[in-house]
Amino acid sequence: MSFQRVAAIFRKELRHIARDPRSLGLALVQPLVMLLLFGSALSLDVDRISTMVYDADQTSASRELIRQFQGSRYFEIEGFVGNTKALERAIDQNKILVGLVVPRDYAKRVAAGQNANFQILLDGSDSNTASIAMSYVNSLVQGFGNHLRADALSRHAGRTLPLPIDFQVRIWYNSSLESKNFVVPGLVAVILVVIAGMLASLTVAREWEMGTMEQLLSTPVRPAELVLAKMLGFFAVGVVDTAIAVLVGIFVFDVPFRGSLVLLAVTSCLFLCGVFFWGILISALAKTQLVAYQMGVATTFLPSFLLSGFIYSLDSMPTVVQGISHFIPARYFVTILRGIFLKGVGVEVLWGNIALLTAFMIGVFLLATWRLSQKLA
Amino acid sequence: MWERIAQIVRKEFVQLLRDRRRRLAVFVPPVLQLFVFGYAVNLDVDNIRMGWMDEDHTPASRSLLAGFEGSPRYHIVALPKSDQEAQGLLDRGDTHAVLRVLPGFGEALERGRPAGVQMLVDGSNSNTASLISGYSQQIVAAFATPIVRKQQGNLLLTIAASGNPGTTSMKAPRLNVETRVWFNADMLSRNYFVPGVIVNIIMLITVMLTAMAVVRERELGTMEQLMVTPIRPVEFILGKTLPAAFIGLVDMGLVVAGALLVFKIPFRGSIFLLLSCVILFLFTTLGAGLLMSTISNTQQQAMMTSFMFATPAFMLSGFAFPIRNMPVAVQYFTYLNPLRYFMEIVRGIFLKGTGVDVLWHQMLAMLIFGVCMLTFSALRFRKRLD
Repeated sequence: MSFQRVAAIFRKELRHIARDPRSLGLALVQPLVMLLLFGSALSLDVDRISTMVYDADQTSASRELIRQFQGSRYFEIEGFVGNTKALERAIDQNKILVGLVVPRDYAKRVAAGQNANFQILLDGSDSNTASIAMSYVNSLVQGFGNHLRADALSRHAGRTLPLPIDFQVRIWYNSSLESKNFVVPGLVAVILVVIAGMLASLTVAREWEMGTMEQLLSTPVRPAELVLAKMLGFFAVGVVDTAIAVLVGIFVFDVPFRGSLVLLAVTSCLFLCGVFFWGILISALAKTQLVAYQMGVATTFLPSFLLSGFIYSLDSMPTVVQGISHFIPARYFVTILRGIFLKGVGVEVLWGNIALLTAFMIGVFLLATWRLSQKLA
Repeated sequence: MWERIAQIVRKEFVQLLRDRRRRLAVFVPPVLQLFVFGYAVNLDVDNIRMGWMDEDHTPASRSLLAGFEGSPRYHIVALPKSDQEAQGLLDRGDTHAVLRVLPGFGEALERGRPAGVQMLVDGSNSNTASLISGYSQQIVAAFATPIVRKQQGNLLLTIAASGNPGTTSMKAPRLNVETRVWFNADMLSRNYFVPGVIVNIIMLITVMLTAMAVVRERELGTMEQLMVTPIRPVEFILGKTLPAAFIGLVDMGLVVAGALLVFKIPFRGSIFLLLSCVILFLFTTLGAGLLMSTISNTQQQAMMTSFMFATPAFMLSGFAFPIRNMPVAVQYFTYLNPLRYFMEIVRGIFLKGTGVDVLWHQMLAMLIFGVCMLTFSALRFRKRLD
């Protein structure tokens, strides 16, 4: 390997990048825009659940029950209707998520100490929101029901009765359970993979289409040098992107940063190198830009978005899919990012992920080099 | 005129389907996406790894453990002995949560004093964390309710035995929630996500194919050659967009067939309505593709630009992240996103079986979008040709 040759091609690559300010601008501005937009818009928090009430009872007892919903920050009462049909129609039209039906004899049954039922109509099409909404309804009603029951019993007994289990849930690392703390670090990985993978695969595919890649290969440059030099050219852009993304995460979104900045820098470099090598490999396989784009989307954007644990927890996936996810570098990088940002853990915990990220990078580098030397032969 | 259009359409198909790689690039991603979304995309939490830290070791604490083990959602994977061990489990991500039964739990329960149970949840995935704490609260409540009832009953009896009048009544109301879940009674994420894939596929394929078909000619210099032939701009546009529309429809057919046959997604609406909405949607995407081609000179620029528009459109369509959770300004912004309407339509037709009576707003919005987009880009396109 000759560093002179690597440096020569590296200089050429930088000139290419500088000569196309529009692509460079896209590569720098796009991550910023994506992070700002998605960081603020992508939220899985379930609050302000739109709710509509059909109160067939119209008593003070039923109104007290409804007040529980009105007082909760998780529910927003959109209005009251006079029959179940209207609730059903509102669900059909996507106006509400939850319909609450208080039956006619509710107050009578509560007063008589009998079991009182009331009904929840739930739009289950978005199963995640629906199951969180359901757990809110359950815990709200359970709390209120226990309170009613204890009240009634206390009245009988003449003194307060205990409610014995004191169940405390403590949320670590993200105590306010804000989605942004969860989404933004993962988003950094996804954005980098998209920008890096696409940039590398498209640019190099273009050179294959133009035939300049073959010309380069026919010079004394060896495949390994070529792959390395191409990567370094993109790397300069990738480092700036990473810095922008991390700074925006910390200063704009106030995501806690509890770990080591050095570790973050080192792991980001490993990750970027791996992704750029991957882009070069794709372009060598695809040869045309259209195919490179398709392969890029299929092998970088989608898996990093879906199979990295960015949003969808890997534990809920079938075993086969979990196995596939081990080949996705973003999986390791998302874990590392969350570890550094939220948990503040260091190498002692993350070494496994770092090792696999390194292995991926080296593996793809060798593959890309091998592929290029195949082309040469 | 039709003959000339047919010629271009034929040429486009030949170019597109000529080599194996291009053929794969057009038909593999939809199927791949369908399977990934169908099998992998899942926000349900049904495999909770939990650490159990029992500092009490009484029959009561063991019966609480049995309550968790009885739920198919929970898997006890570690038995930490100390706080450090528990912290390590959460730090490494080995467990999602650690349940700590505080010392004196069993005794406190017996005496009717508040008994302490603490749960440490890894909140780095806020969605999983809130589902886990919801489920755990239900299990603890289910464990506690009979004990509470018994104790309250005992207490009332002792009060009654001590001769306090009027306390023999043990009647107390209990509230039951009857939940009726509509449209997706099993609450499977899959039923929600798979129909959305159709929207995404049609958009990606048709925008990209249209933009690339035009830009390729420009990049390779064959555009000038086409210009000197008797082809008129309208014919050129139709010739370039019709193949993309056709492939979009075929891809949609593939995805719908897969959704119904492989994933057994319920389809409750009308297939004709779905088809007509797809055609409405195609106006918008083909128009967008043409627009991309007018602002790009190279295929790379066209792809970067279309990716830059496609990603936000996809993310802000309500596909994965509910629109109602977004900041209000962004919510208004999503009204400018044609994907949003089509997403609502597709989900409505698949899961809710809604018809034109409910969906006409969205259809109207898509029609307006489509006509504006197509007219605007066709005009721009002609100007660029002159």
